Amino acid sequence: MSEAAKQVNDEVAIQINGMHKWYGEFHVLRDINLTVHRGEKIVVCGPSGSGKSTMIRCINRLEEHQQGQIIVDGIELTNDVKKVDEIRREVGMVFQHFNLFPHLTVLENCTLAPIWVRKTPKAEAEATAMRFLERVKIPEQALKYPGQLSGGQQQRVAIARSLCMNPRIMLFDEPTSALDPEMISEVLDTMISLAEEGMTMVCVTHEMGFAKTVADRVIFMDQGEIIEEAPPQEFFDNPQSERTKLFLSQILHNG
Amino acid sequence: MAIVRTERHPDLPPPVTQTGVIGWLRQNLFSSWFNTILTIVTGYVVYHAVYAFLDFAVINANFVGTSRDDCTLDGACWVFIKQRFGQIMYGFYPEAERWRVDVGYVLGAIGLFFVLSNVVKSKIWPAVYLFIIYPVICYFLFYGGLGLEVVETSQWGGLFLTLVLASVSIFVALPLGIILALGRRSEMPVVRMVCVGFIELIRAVPLISVLFMASVMLPLFLPEGMNFDKLIRALVGMSLFSAAYMAEVIRGGLQALPKGQMEAAKSLGLGYWQAMGLIILPQALKISIPSIVNTFIGLFKDTTLVLIIGLFDLLSVVKAGTQDADWLGLASEGYVFVAAVFWVFCFGMSRYSIWLENQLHTGHKR
Amino acid sequence: MTVDVPGMSEGAKVSPFRDPKVRALFFQILVIVTFLAFVYYITDNTITNLEKRGIASGFDFLTQNSGFDIGIVLFVDYNAQVSTHGDVLLIGIINTLAVSLSGIIFATIIGFIFGVLRLSKNWLVNKIAAVYIEVVRNIPLLVQLLFWYLAVLLELPNVRDSAKIGESIALNNRGLSFPSIVPEVGFWIIPVAFLIGIVATVFISRWAHKRQDETGQPFPVITTGLGLILGLPILAALVAGMPFGFEYPTMGRFNISGGWVVKPEFMALFLGLSIYTGGFIAEIVRSGINAVSHGQTEAANSLGIKPSITMRLVIIPQALRVIIPPLTSQYLNLTKNSSLGTAIGYSEIVAIFAGTSLNQTGQAIEIIALTMLFYLTISLIISVFMNWYNKRIALVER
Repeated sequence: MSEAAKQVNDEVAIQINGMHKWYGEFHVLRDINLTVHRGEKIVVCGPSGSGKSTMIRCINRLEEHQQGQIIVDGIELTNDVKKVDEIRREVGMVFQHFNLFPHLTVLENCTLAPIWVRKTPKAEAEATAMRFLERVKIPEQALKYPGQLSGGQQQRVAIARSLCMNPRIMLFDEPTSALDPEMISEVLDTMISLAEEGMTMVCVTHEMGFAKTVADRVIFMDQGEIIEEAPPQEFFDNPQSERTKLFLSQILHNG
Repeated sequence: MAIVRTERHPDLPPPVTQTGVIGWLRQNLFSSWFNTILTIVTGYVVYHAVYAFLDFAVINANFVGTSRDDCTLDGACWVFIKQRFGQIMYGFYPEAERWRVDVGYVLGAIGLFFVLSNVVKSKIWPAVYLFIIYPVICYFLFYGGLGLEVVETSQWGGLFLTLVLASVSIFVALPLGIILALGRRSEMPVVRMVCVGFIELIRAVPLISVLFMASVMLPLFLPEGMNFDKLIRALVGMSLFSAAYMAEVIRGGLQALPKGQMEAAKSLGLGYWQAMGLIILPQALKISIPSIVNTFIGLFKDTTLVLIIGLFDLLSVVKAGTQDADWLGLASEGYVFVAAVFWVFCFGMSRYSIWLENQLHTGHKR
Repeated sequence: MTVDVPGMSEGAKVSPFRDPKVRALFFQILVIVTFLAFVYYITDNTITNLEKRGIASGFDFLTQNSGFDIGIVLFVDYNAQVSTHGDVLLIGIINTLAVSLSGIIFATIIGFIFGVLRLSKNWLVNKIAAVYIEVVRNIPLLVQLLFWYLAVLLELPNVRDSAKIGESIALNNRGLSFPSIVPEVGFWIIPVAFLIGIVATVFISRWAHKRQDETGQPFPVITTGLGLILGLPILAALVAGMPFGFEYPTMGRFNISGGWVVKPEFMALFLGLSIYTGGFIAEIVRSGINAVSHGQTEAANSLGIKPSITMRLVIIPQALRVIIPPLTSQYLNLTKNSSLGTAIGYSEIVAIFAGTSLNQTGQAIEIIALTMLFYLTISLIISVFMNWYNKRIALVER
C-alpha cells in the first residue's frame, strides 16, 4: 500500500451518480458512476475522444451535464450560481495549455483569485503565492511574465496558481501533453509531491509511470463510458476487459 | 477489486428539454429570468419595427401607375423607381443604344464566371480574355467607333457608370498596387521613399480631396488644349487612391510569405523578376485575395463620391430624381432603393470573400 | 581550407553592369531624373495655365477678405465683410474637428454596445446586432448621409409645427433647439464642484486601492465616482439657488432665434458618421473579445472568479490590445469621412475652404495642398499615438 493510500479516509470528496451528457444529439458521456474519497488519487486514461476531459470538466462546471448527479464536497452541482462558485473555490484545475494570464506577472497570476475571491489583503496573498512558488521550485520567476517562461515553468506556475486558493481537490486535464519531453518530469515531480502531501487528485493523463507511482485507482474510459476501474497493480498486470488490454498494449509499446 | 463493464451502454437520446425546438428555445432565448425578459422586450420592439417597415415598403406600397398621382396608398411610391428605371440603370445613354451596355454586362459575366469558378482547370485563357480582350471590346462597345455610334462619357450614368468606375479603378489599381508594394520593400532608398511617400500621403487624406485634386488640378498640369474628360479625371483619382490601399493589402500578403521562399528561388538561380513572377507573387496574391475583395467592396461604395464632383452615378441619378418637380417628397423611396441595391452587391461580395477564405484555408490545412 | 580557384583572385573586378550595387545606383538615378523631369514639365504647364487664367500664386489670399457667409460657425467670430480666407480655413478646421470628435465618442459607445451584444447568448439580441452591423457596413456612407439629411431631417415639420418636449425643446426642419444656459452671479460654483468631483474621485480611487491591498475589502469606486461627479455639481447648484437663467429660443414662423440650435447639417453628419463607423467598431470589438482564448475564461472560472471581475481584469485588458490599433484606424477614417459633409452643406474644411474659397480665388494648388496638409497632420498625430500605445502595452515575451 503506497504512502498516499494511507491518507485516504472515508469522507467522500466527489460523488457522481448516473451522469449522462449530450452534445446536441451525440451521447458523449454515458452512465458515469464514480466515488472519490478524500485523499484519493485517481488517474483517468483512455483513447482520445473517450470523454475523459469532458468528465472532469463537468466536476467544476466548465461543462454542464444533462442527467444524473454530481456532488462535490457535499454540495450538488446544479444551475445555482452560488453553489457553483462555492465548489470552484474548493476545486483547483490545471489545464493542458496552462491558460496563464499573459498580461500579468507570475506573482499577479497567483494573487489575483485570493485577492478578488477570498478578499485576502495583498501582502498576505503575495506571501502565500511566494510560498507556493517555492514549493514548485520557481520563486525567482515571480516578477516575470508568462511569455518569458518555458512550458514546464508555466505549467508549474499554473499549479501554484491553483494551490494559492487552498483547494481541497485538484483536477488535472492532461497537464503534460503540451510539454516538450525534457520538461515533463519537472511537472510530474511537482504533482507527485502534491500527492504525497495528501491532496485529493483526479488526473487525466497518458503518463502511466505517474499512475503506477501515485494512483490509488486507475480508471479506463472509452467512448464515453467507464470500462474498467482498479488499483494500479491490478490494472496494469491483469486488465480484465478486451478494450483495456488493447489500449494498454498501444500505450505501453510506445511509452 | 476491479470494476469492469462488459456490455456497451446503449445510445440514448438526450432529454426532451435539452434538444429539438424546446431545447434550443430554452438555451438561446429563455435561459434565465433576465434573458427571458430581454427576449420578450426585444421581440416586441422588433416585431413592431419590422411590421412598420413592411407596411411602408410592401403592404401599403404603390407598384402600379405612371405618375405621382397614381400613388394613392399610404406606403412607398415605387412607381417613382419604375418610371425612372431606365435612367437609374443607364444614365443618359440613348435608349436605342442601351443594348450595347447589356451586351457588355453579359460578356463580363461570362468572363468572371470562368475566372472565378472551378469549371475550367487552367485559368490562363479566361484571365487573358477578361483582362486584355474584354476591356478593349468594352471601349468600343460603350464609347463607340468601329461602326457604332459614339456615346460621349457625359451621357454615361446610373448603375452603368458606377460599375464602370469600380471596375476600371480596380483594374488599374491592382498592377499599380503590386508595383508600389514591391517598391516599398525595395532595398533602393530612393524607390522606397517615393513609394512610401505616395502610399502614406494618399492613405492619410480623404478620397474627396484626391478627387478634387484630380478634377481641379489635372487640367492645370496639362498643356493648353489637352483636355481630359471628366470621367477620366475621376478614374485617375479613384485608381490612384485604390492603388495605395491595394499596395498595403499586397504588402501584407508578401509579408505573410516565409522568407525562405525568396531564398529558395534565388538558390535555384532565378533572377529577381523571375522569382517574383513565378514564386512570390502568385502565393502572395493568393493569400491576399480576401483582402483584395474587401478593398474592392470599399471601392464600390466609394464610387458614390463622384456625386460631389458632378458625375451621374447611381446615387446621383436617384438624388436628382428625388429633386425633380414631378416627384417631390419621395426622398425615402429613393434612398431606400439605392441602399438596397448597394447592400445586395456589397453583402453578396463579402459573402463571396468569406467563402473564398474558407476555400483557401482548406487548401492550407492538411 | 582555402582552395586556389584558377581565374579568381582577391578583389576580382566585376563588370560594372553586372554589379547589383552599380545597377541599383543607376536605376535610382534614373528614377530621380525621370521624377524631376516630370515635375518640371508639370510645373511649367501649371505656371502657363495659371497666368493664362489670371490666377495668383502664393499664400497671400489667406489675408484677403472672403466675402461669403458660412452656415455653421463655432467658437469664433466671423463676418463676411471683414474676415479673411485664413479665418475660413480656421473655421473649417474647427467644424471638422467638432463633428469628428462628437462622432468618435458616439460611434465608440454604439460600437462597444453592439459589439458586446453581438456576443450575447440570447439569439434574438445577437441576431439584431448582426443585422445592424451587416446593414450599416454594406451601404455607402454617402447614401446613409443623404438619407438622414434629405429623407429624415429636412422632412421634419416646419417651425410652426415643431415636435416639442415641454415648451422649450423643439425639433423641426431647422434643427434641434433648446434653451441656452445664461450664467448669473455665482455660477462659477457649478464647474468648480464638477472639478472637485473629479479630483475627489481620483483620491478615493487611490485610497480604495490601498485599503484593498491592506485589508482585502473591495470598494465600489466606479459608482461612488459617478455619484460624486454628477451629484456634486447638482448639489452646488441647489445650494447656490440655481444661479443661472435660460434663454429660450423664440419660434418665428420659419425661423428660430436665441437659445442653442443644432443645425440639421451637423445632426445628419453626426448621426451618419456615428452609426456607420459604429458598425465597423462593433466588428472590431467583437473580434477583439473573441481573440482572447476561451481558456482564459475557463482558468478564471475554475479559480472561482466572478464573471464581472473576469471581464474587467482578464478579458478586457487582453481584448483591448487587439482592439485599439484598428479602433484608432476607424477614428482616422471617421475624421476623413467628415469631408462628405460637403454633400449636405455642412461647413467643414472641404466644403468652405476647398469648396467656396477655392471657387472664389481659383488658387486650387495652394488650397488643396493646405487641406491635405491638415488631414496629414491629424493622421500623423494618430499614428504617433498608436505607436506609443503599442510599445507600451506589448505583452512581454522571450
